[in-house]
Amino acid sequence: MTFTVKHLFDVLAAATLVFGMGMSAAQADDDEMPKSKVNNPKWLAECGACHLAFPSRFLPAESWREVMSGLDKHFGSDASLDDESVREITAFLVDNARRKKTSLTASGKWPLRITETRWFRREHAEAASRVKNNPRVKSMANCAICHTQADIGDYSERNIQIPK
Amino acid sequence: MLRTRVSLVVVSWVVMGMVVQPVFAETPGEILDTFKAEASAGSGFQGFSAARGEAFYKTKHGSDWSCSSCHTDNPSAQGKHAKSDKLIKPLAPSANAERFTDMKKIEKWFKRNCNDVLDRACTAQEKGDMLAYLLTIRK
Repeated sequence: MTFTVKHLFDVLAAATLVFGMGMSAAQADDDEMPKSKVNNPKWLAECGACHLAFPSRFLPAESWREVMSGLDKHFGSDASLDDESVREITAFLVDNARRKKTSLTASGKWPLRITETRWFRREHAEAASRVKNNPRVKSMANCAICHTQADIGDYSERNIQIPK
Repeated sequence: MLRTRVSLVVVSWVVMGMVVQPVFAETPGEILDTFKAEASAGSGFQGFSAARGEAFYKTKHGSDWSCSSCHTDNPSAQGKHAKSDKLIKPLAPSANAERFTDMKKIEKWFKRNCNDVLDRACTAQEKGDMLAYLLTIRK
């Protein structure tokens, strides 16, 4: 075996190894993102198919149970899922739900929209008035339009960019 | 020694290939056959029509939305959810190889979207016409 051929295989082996490492690093990233240690592939795939997969910590367990029990009429859309997926996603959301006290809505019900919780409105009072007539924002449920890292669960101040 | 290294490289490629190129459960052609079998069970089935599928895709069926409200008038283009603005990958199999390869997923979306657009379930005839239309779309 000549040196060249042997060397070629060394290079190929190294390239394969590096590619493999690159892949595992990319996968590991998901677990190391700030505040996004809470993750479930089914939740991400199913909820994230139609809108940003909203973090479980934004609503209390009672709210999630109610949202998940009415997916066939999900804020004006049919988002129904098979029973097994509903069970798994509900368990995940409930286990990782908001633990702090959440106020009931004016009508005395658990909030079903994150945007109607008291904490959300307090946090977004100023931003809401700034983006009120901005067609790009469209809805306050469009987290990722300002929270540029929302897709990886990072809602920190430093990653906010309010569109003009 | 060298042989071990060669086989390691080959094995890694095979494994990576499997990761990078998922094997689809079914082909759009097989899916179409399933719809055909379903539609034939009813009376008067005379085959699927791409033209009827196109009209169905672009028509608002009495409510606010048509299929194209989210998937756009061009099924090989990227769509956008009419409400959430979430990007939607192209619907036509020629533009997105993942489409129409998993019956469970297909039925999940037909159930939801037919309810949203038509306020009822779609028939096997409608699903077949639709897929026949989508299969005529070239990228």
